[in-house]
Amino acid sequence: MRAVVQLSYLLATSLFVFALYWMNAPKTARRGVFAGIAAMGIAVVATWIQPEVIHHGWIVLAIFAGFLVGVPLSRVPLTAVPQRTALSHAFGGLAAGLVGTAKYYLWLGEGPENLTPFRMTAIVVEIILGYLTFTGSLMAAGKLQEVRWIPQRPVTYRFQNVGNIGLLVVAAVLGVALVLQPTAAWAPAVFPVIIGLALLFGVLLIIPIGGADMPTVISILNSYAGLAAVAMGFVLDNKLLITAGALDGSSGFILSIIMCRAMNRSFTNVLFGAFGQVQQLKAGGEQKEYKAESIEGAAQVLEQANLVVVIPGYGMAVAQAQHKVRELHDQLKKRGITVKFAIHPVAGRMPGHMNVLLAEADIPYTDLVEMDEINPEMPQCDVALVVGANDVVNPAARYDKSTPIYGMPIIDADKARTVFAIKRSKNPGFAGIDNELYFAEKTWMLFGDAKHVIGELVKQLSGGAGMH
Amino acid sequence: MQGPTIVDSVLAHPEMAREPLDFWSMLFVFVLATFIGLGVIRRVSRLLYTPLMSLTNAISAIAVVGSIIVTGADYPPVIRLLGAIALFASMTNIVSGFLITDRMLKMFKTEDKPREGGPA
Repeated sequence: MRAVVQLSYLLATSLFVFALYWMNAPKTARRGVFAGIAAMGIAVVATWIQPEVIHHGWIVLAIFAGFLVGVPLSRVPLTAVPQRTALSHAFGGLAAGLVGTAKYYLWLGEGPENLTPFRMTAIVVEIILGYLTFTGSLMAAGKLQEVRWIPQRPVTYRFQNVGNIGLLVVAAVLGVALVLQPTAAWAPAVFPVIIGLALLFGVLLIIPIGGADMPTVISILNSYAGLAAVAMGFVLDNKLLITAGALDGSSGFILSIIMCRAMNRSFTNVLFGAFGQVQQLKAGGEQKEYKAESIEGAAQVLEQANLVVVIPGYGMAVAQAQHKVRELHDQLKKRGITVKFAIHPVAGRMPGHMNVLLAEADIPYTDLVEMDEINPEMPQCDVALVVGANDVVNPAARYDKSTPIYGMPIIDADKARTVFAIKRSKNPGFAGIDNELYFAEKTWMLFGDAKHVIGELVKQLSGGAGMH
Repeated sequence: MQGPTIVDSVLAHPEMAREPLDFWSMLFVFVLATFIGLGVIRRVSRLLYTPLMSLTNAISAIAVVGSIIVTGADYPPVIRLLGAIALFASMTNIVSGFLITDRMLKMFKTEDKPREGGPA
């Protein structure tokens, strides 16, 4: 029996590795999902048939409830994918935390000899990581969903970082005490205190973080959720948990590094930097004037172009403009104009956010171009159309040390011959700074809701006949 | 740093003698799996980072394995209830993670494939 179970786990592990391997190209990626499902199925069955599993009612019930909630969660609109992802990190953290809690109290009651220092260390790590990921991810999901009672703007106060780190240190010290004396009379009372501190830490960690940092934060939480599963594997002596958790952990880790690099910031700076604070610095400069362009004018310029590069940002997601963008793409292609999409790694609210939205609108993924590949082409670009992006095209990032985005690699929209920027209002972007691209000589603004503006452009290009 | 560190005292603890083999083999598994993960993930297409994240979400819901045992074994009901909630949370991640990953991946098309429905 044991051999069957272990062999199944080995098979599941291999399938998980292949699942991720197949994600290296869109062509094979769906195969990866099937491999993952197969692996998960094998793992669940192999676990369920073990002789120690004797009660089945609750298992069936919980699995059923999981389907009941999981299926609708998988049908959310693609603009809501970042919050769904954050929510699932929360569930992952919760599961790890609960299993760690259950195991501790179980062994405390009927088998304290199981609470070896090593196991106890794993349990402490599991619950701290699990519960902080739980509340942290819930907060992140709430911010992304723009839940009313969670502030969107970064919240900062005095001694914030010292307080947060102090909290974590207290939890760690209590954890060490538990590791050394897991069965002491005070131990069952200290355990919930650690849980409480971890829950609180998760909330406080995310409060100072603003929307533009979400891609990094989601990646970090992804990594934590994986590591919590690893710790659970150590607790339960289960190598499948360790490998699968490690795969998730390393994925989150790589993504966070890529996101940090794309913003020229460090991990610690994202988590403890409170992006929002710097914004007062630049206020009070001389008032510059935007040049606005009419839809008709913009459409004429677009028609004359050979190469149009669309630069999407979170604003496109907010306005749900991706389908209109696709219509514009079709109109331009019909005229033999090359249309490309320049994707900044941190555009949107999670890694790859723009790609998914544009793919949803049926734009071929071969037209989606990474920042590093599109930048050398930008001088040949006739029109750069900025749709709801802001900081990722701000040339100030190249030289202005006083801006919070200094050093961040940007898409060279300013090197295009003409720039059209669609902007909802005249307010500055997330980082709170004016985007000097908007004041450049070659830039014309198209004010209004992105979906509306692009819809009007499409109408103009298709002869204003109202074909839609 | 004065005196033995946490790691030292954990390793030096007499109890460690009972489980040294598993401890070390688990640590090896963890480190090696991390390297495999880093190697494989590094090659993932940048286009697919969002589906990658939902796929790894589903994969890390392998915590389902631990939850099933805690829920189904002959443990006190309170313990099993915690297990059942964990099982519910993991199962939600498995179902929604795999489904949404597939849903997103289906949308990635090249030019030559015909577009489905919808007025242009």
